[in-house]
Amino acid sequence: MAMTMTQKILAAHAGLKEVTAGQLIEAKLDIVMANDITGPMAKPIFEEMGSKVFDKDKVVIVPDHFTPAKDIKSAENAKAMKEFACEQCLTHYYEIGRVGIEHALLPEKGIVVAGECIIGADSHTCTYGALGAFSTGVGSTDIAAGMAIGELWFKVPSAIKFNLVGKLSPHVSGKDVILHIIGMIGVDGALYKSMEFVGEGVSSLTMDDRFTICNMAIEAGGKNGIFIVDDLARAYMQEHSVKTYTEYTPDEDAVYDEEYTIDLSAIRPTIAFPHLPGNAKTIDEVRAMEPIKIDQVVIGSCTNGRMNDMREAAAILKGHKVADHVRVMVIPATQKIYLQCITEGLAEIFIESGCTFNTPSCGPCMGGHMGVLAAGEKCVSTTNRNFVGRMGHVDSKVYLASPAVAAASAIKGVIACVEDI
Amino acid sequence: MKALGKVFKYGDNVNTDVIIPARYLNSFDPRELAAHCMEDIDKDFVNKVQPGDIIVGGKNFGCGSSREHAPLAIKTCGVSCVIAKSFARIFYRNSINIGFPILECEEAAEDIDEGNEIEIDYTTGIIYNKTKNKHYQAQPFPPFLQKMIELDGLVNYVNSKKKEAQ
Repeated sequence: MAMTMTQKILAAHAGLKEVTAGQLIEAKLDIVMANDITGPMAKPIFEEMGSKVFDKDKVVIVPDHFTPAKDIKSAENAKAMKEFACEQCLTHYYEIGRVGIEHALLPEKGIVVAGECIIGADSHTCTYGALGAFSTGVGSTDIAAGMAIGELWFKVPSAIKFNLVGKLSPHVSGKDVILHIIGMIGVDGALYKSMEFVGEGVSSLTMDDRFTICNMAIEAGGKNGIFIVDDLARAYMQEHSVKTYTEYTPDEDAVYDEEYTIDLSAIRPTIAFPHLPGNAKTIDEVRAMEPIKIDQVVIGSCTNGRMNDMREAAAILKGHKVADHVRVMVIPATQKIYLQCITEGLAEIFIESGCTFNTPSCGPCMGGHMGVLAAGEKCVSTTNRNFVGRMGHVDSKVYLASPAVAAASAIKGVIACVEDI
Repeated sequence: MKALGKVFKYGDNVNTDVIIPARYLNSFDPRELAAHCMEDIDKDFVNKVQPGDIIVGGKNFGCGSSREHAPLAIKTCGVSCVIAKSFARIFYRNSINIGFPILECEEAAEDIDEGNEIEIDYTTGIIYNKTKNKHYQAQPFPPFLQKMIELDGLVNYVNSKKKEAQ
């Protein structure tokens, strides 16, 4: 029976020769991750099932959401996670000052590699598919069970194949690709399914582009997103990790529910309008509308807080000033990226142009802190969700976009792209 | 196992940010979460909901984040079941894992109106609309999940597996 990439990884972790879509399996887990929101809830559930985690090297705790603690309750939650990590002697616990946003941090630290089966109590755990891993988000009870026994039940997903061809134009990035795809298939277009990215166009995408694309597979309802492993992915893993990895390729006759060819050269800067990531419009459609005046710009998050995102935004902001009525939060995703922004001179560009330059955190993405929106305010954000009330007041509005569009919009004070500057 | 209650009906893509906004996620106390359930799409929900009531949604119910706080908030409000055309997969797992039954049934989700009185038989998957005197057949749980629900969620399931292994 022919299998997709995801099916091959799941079969290998279930100790089976083959699996088919719809089959229920129990798979061994390589990494089990929780954060400061889902972890505290998982802890008492875990304690009902066991006293020691199944493997101290494979359970990862990343306090990144409401940290540095935004209030007393958040501080208590972060403390509970620190104590848990200590009690369990976890290898991978990162305190403030060493931490970063989980989905940027784990690949950077080499904790996740190709061929692995990974669960995280965060919906954007699908990010690691960029490395050729099966990686998916679960809730607190699942993560507690995973911590206790190192395995979990899964329904083997069917898949949608995205055959990438061509090359992206300048100032168009992975974010535009995934917003275009979600706009095309809808926010439930890949419900329960894998999104598999293959084709000659893959090699032209940076690793940061691929992380961004897989990160938002969940916004199309996907169980996971996954890229084929190529030289660039191999080089990334060799640079960041000491783990051995396994490459899986889809069988030539693997069955897909749907197949799409995406011509990367035809993708335009794309913006998702309130209140769904699937409300995608190209910059050309936006220009044909009345200008949309904005109050805030956020450049960061697990979707777009990586080095290339910072460089892209800085290159556009250099020599310009943020519009008078706009505030801009730049939030690099990890300490390493933060430092690199300083050594490469990007921090100076951000501050000179009138942006804030903040410590790594999920921050305002989910309306937590560091830039919560007031009633009626509009924000262009490089984050991943624009649901009602996502970043603050129920009457605020979030427009999802790439770092390039976010930076251009910051300068113009309205939704704009590089061509407008 | 049966449920009986009045319906609160919502549309497509009811997401976890409106079920329980992230601003309340500094707590995982079920009662604190329940006090803000559905707040951003239906301010009065928590004042109107009665034990046993049922939520009916459209496509992709529970999309968005992995927060288990979402089904927990709904369950703690006293809601007995969510019926929808389809569910986002993490929400589906989280619900089963905390022993909260949810049913996928396109016909029921389409036909049932706000305020209808609904009776659900979980063992057969039959949904009975008392107000309209109509029956709908929901997808029954596969045996694998049936067992997990019988054991009231994943914790007991894992513990029973550990006992078996001993």
